[in-house]
Amino acid sequence: MNVLQLEAVQTHIGAYHILHGVDLAVPEGEVTMLLGRNGAGKTTTLRTIMGLWAASAGSIHFKGQPIHGRATPEIAQAGIAYVPESMGIFGDLTVQENIVLAARAARRASELDSTRLDWIFSLFPALKKFWLYPAGKLSGGQKQMLAVARAIVEPRALILIDEPSKGLAPSIINNLIACFRELKKQRTTILLVEQNFSMAKALGDSVAVMDNGRVVHSGSMTELAGDEGLQQRLLGLSLGAHQ
Amino acid sequence: MSLDMRPLALLAAVAGLALPLVGTPSTWLTLTVAGLAMGLIVFVIASGLTLVFGLMDVLNFGHGVFIAMGAFVATSVLAGMGGWMAAPSLALNLAAIFIAMLAAMVAAGAIGWAFERVIVRPVYGQHLKQILITMGGMIVGEEIIKVIWGPLQIPLPLPESLRGSFVIGDAAVERYRVLAVAIGLVVFVALLWTLNRTKVGLLVRAGVQDREMVESLGYRIRRLFVGVFVAGSALAGLGGVMWGLYQQSVTPQIGAQVNVLIFIVIIIGGLGSTLGCFVGALLVGLMANYTGFLAPKVALFSNIGLMVAILLWRPRGLYPVTNR
Repeated sequence: MNVLQLEAVQTHIGAYHILHGVDLAVPEGEVTMLLGRNGAGKTTTLRTIMGLWAASAGSIHFKGQPIHGRATPEIAQAGIAYVPESMGIFGDLTVQENIVLAARAARRASELDSTRLDWIFSLFPALKKFWLYPAGKLSGGQKQMLAVARAIVEPRALILIDEPSKGLAPSIINNLIACFRELKKQRTTILLVEQNFSMAKALGDSVAVMDNGRVVHSGSMTELAGDEGLQQRLLGLSLGAHQ
Repeated sequence: MSLDMRPLALLAAVAGLALPLVGTPSTWLTLTVAGLAMGLIVFVIASGLTLVFGLMDVLNFGHGVFIAMGAFVATSVLAGMGGWMAAPSLALNLAAIFIAMLAAMVAAGAIGWAFERVIVRPVYGQHLKQILITMGGMIVGEEIIKVIWGPLQIPLPLPESLRGSFVIGDAAVERYRVLAVAIGLVVFVALLWTLNRTKVGLLVRAGVQDREMVESLGYRIRRLFVGVFVAGSALAGLGGVMWGLYQQSVTPQIGAQVNVLIFIVIIIGGLGSTLGCFVGALLVGLMANYTGFLAPKVALFSNIGLMVAILLWRPRGLYPVTNR
């Protein structure tokens, strides 16, 4: 069953026509990778799903209900978490305050689900260490961990993550991969935009490739990973350079 | 959490430097208390405006109308409680003032709610239109005040027990200024508590930094903004009463007079920063009083000079908000 379904979604930003009819399905309990060159429309697709940019045509259904045209807070309340490319960390707030904000049911830190918090600390021990530090003082990798932790501090039906590996050191990327694998084990549904094909291959169950504001290929990650010609055609990848 | 102490050190340095220039410690104490009182009144007025700008990028040049409305409503309330004001009882005097302040806050908050709906909401994200229409709103507000209360200055005398001064050694500290300092500090502590210890406060602080992310977490920033706008208007109304009592008179232009000062304060402090607004307001209050005593001819320009100096040092203000 698909948790999220986009049909012929078009998005305009001012005078620019960015998405030209995106069709995308995100199956429940799987990690779906959204790949494509720079400017293909991946980030716009995630922002359109979140209602941060309005779809000018087409439909978006989440758990069978239409969400296109709804306000961003309503979409988030329906059960979608979003980790933007910029990470969206509140730098003047502490790590704890960032987490409390993301947990809508908690008014203060003492009301956070302690079992879930311990699980998050086991995934990202640095967050426990810097719990009372201003988030703006964290390193890039730690900020990315915090951004992901905010998305999982309460159970969500779908997590949208935009290029989590961008600008991070390989050791931090490995840490993130381990975290996403853990989420995968728990059957969390994730739609992950990524340029790092090694990471995509390590995590993805299914894949959609975008170009020029459209999904030009969708299928299983196993199929794409095993077909070098298809990778070359869709992504312009040289395996030697990316593995 | 680490606090940048340098702006606080600057505040202490300004006060410390003024002591040898002023000459006598008693005069310095009088001027310092007057400066702190003025600064805290300006802080009460400006604190809402800085959050409104930080949350929604709204440049509200009409903030002065809430100050003026608060001051005039309080004047009418106090006129109706002449007996309590004239009574030689501190309790009755304070009760009259607090009732007037409450009425001013309710009136200014209600006007703020209407102002946001009718004037500000249609021009979200359009700075030039915001400046023009909010200034227009203030002109309309001033004219309404003239229709209701008349165009002339109205005296707003202090109650019996708040007249005169406390004498500390050779220094005379006006009683009302001590009360203004106390009220300003209470407002500051209450604001800090709300912003740091409650979830609503957390949302406001987060919204000032990245409102899109706050919405992506599932919170309606517009609703929060309306709440902050109304609270900010109510605080401006309270500040209007305090300013009117400080001047012992009110005029329909009272808001416009203070407007320049509050914009200097929120720019000095760092747009959207409550702590910056607090330190900036105290700097402005102290500077105005010290220069008014030492060089009255340059007093008018002292705060502009202060703003220029601080922006050369810290172009984004004393406590810039991250992500802005």
